[in-house]
Amino acid sequence: MRMQKWILRLSLAAVALSTTVVSCQPVKEYQKNRLNDSEMTLSNRKVEKEEMNMESYREGSSGANGGKTGGGCGCN
Amino acid sequence: MKRVCLTVTGMCLIVLHAFSQGSPKDTSTYKPRALKLDEVEIVSSYYDQTANKSAVSGGQTGPMGNANVTDLSNGVELTFVGWDKHQGKNTLTAGLGYDAHTAASQAWVSKTGASKKSGTRIYPSLNWAHENALKGTGYELGAYYSTEYNYRSIGFDAGISQKTRDKNGEFSAKLTTYFDEVKLIYPSEFVKGLITNNTDSTIYITGFNGQTEAIPPGATSKRDKKDVPSSPRDTYSAAFSYSQVFNPRLQGSVELDLVEQTGYLGLPFHRVYFTNGQDTIEKLPSQRFKLPIGFRLNYFLGDDVILKAYYRFYIDDWGVRSHTASLEVPIKISSFFSVSPFYRYYIQTAANYFAPFEKHLTTDTYYTSNYALSAFSANLFGAGIRLAPPKGILDKHFNSLELRYAHYTETTDLVSNVISLDLKFR
Repeated sequence: MRMQKWILRLSLAAVALSTTVVSCQPVKEYQKNRLNDSEMTLSNRKVEKEEMNMESYREGSSGANGGKTGGGCGCN
Repeated sequence: MKRVCLTVTGMCLIVLHAFSQGSPKDTSTYKPRALKLDEVEIVSSYYDQTANKSAVSGGQTGPMGNANVTDLSNGVELTFVGWDKHQGKNTLTAGLGYDAHTAASQAWVSKTGASKKSGTRIYPSLNWAHENALKGTGYELGAYYSTEYNYRSIGFDAGISQKTRDKNGEFSAKLTTYFDEVKLIYPSEFVKGLITNNTDSTIYITGFNGQTEAIPPGATSKRDKKDVPSSPRDTYSAAFSYSQVFNPRLQGSVELDLVEQTGYLGLPFHRVYFTNGQDTIEKLPSQRFKLPIGFRLNYFLGDDVILKAYYRFYIDDWGVRSHTASLEVPIKISSFFSVSPFYRYYIQTAANYFAPFEKHLTTDTYYTSNYALSAFSANLFGAGIRLAPPKGILDKHFNSLELRYAHYTETTDLVSNVISLDLKFR
């Protein structure tokens, strides 16, 4: 449990650090071949829909992932 | 499992037949075009759960607390694309979903365990989106409907998006409302018997909706088993997101939702047992405000590996706080075949109104023994494969195939597995 908390904190720190350290640079359309890769989308894929439904039923929180935030089904 | 295979195979054959009438035309030169079928997507999932401490039985363990679930979910989406004379892209998506589930806990809505254990859900949807690539603007409208035995929902949404001048950033906002009806199906011990022929003096019965019915001598109650009252549950949400390209390999986004729910926010067949052993029906506030905020960061490492990180913080006014962190690593084995292992960690605090079996006091204002509102942590891991050869799979119209398996465990002892298949035809 303690280990998992540390992993969580380190992941957060890594995300925060990478966003602040990496400076934005203008990217032209022809430089976006990697960004346009279907695996690089900034949203959940349809194949994850049942997982997201399950999480919204079984967990007390939802939202901020492009999925449901409540309502629409018997979940909260 | 046989039913799953037959359903998926049947749907694939129908879709291939639909596309076999003509070959795709070259769309590289711009021409206004009326809406035309562009893509058919079929998603099927099978979910299996073993758990105990069901909310229907007030969080108790043993045979009455059995919370095992299976769910077979099938959905099909037809996407039509057209172009207007101002180079605007119109996309119309029509979807239909059908779920069939079994839930052991449902049997215990009746005190004897004799209630029906299975159910179905049907949910059609319609979405229209307009996008202008030159201006970087987008609009969308959607309508949703969902119906199951004890629940009905109608939803609408409207969204806008605007890209930054350099097309490396995009802001979007979306408003969503759901107007739901919860059927007030109570545990059997709380349902009064129906009066078929009153031989006594006038009887007054107050229903669960608070309305009182008078039954004179010789008359029969107007209510019957089908006449179960409903209670509304409304959800209003505003979702805001901003995405940014940082460099040719890195992009990220931040997503913020503001969600307000009002009405009947529990489920009427959830029991709660007080410390004195007496049972009652779950009681929760009629209002809830939720505030989740999420961050995504996707990085293309080298030529074959992608790192997809996600973190969400959630807070609401029922006392639930949660953290979610996940990492998915798609690895490109070839240009059209990838494998994606993933891991997700989740932790939450309990809602102010949660207590386990026989721990609530009769003096409590609100009470629930639903373990989704307890303090717990969860781990989810698994892997997915994606196949999208340029010449199609077996047929040129069979565009891509994705298969994904996930294993989920909670510290509440809930364990589940979900396997999903996504097929795309163009």
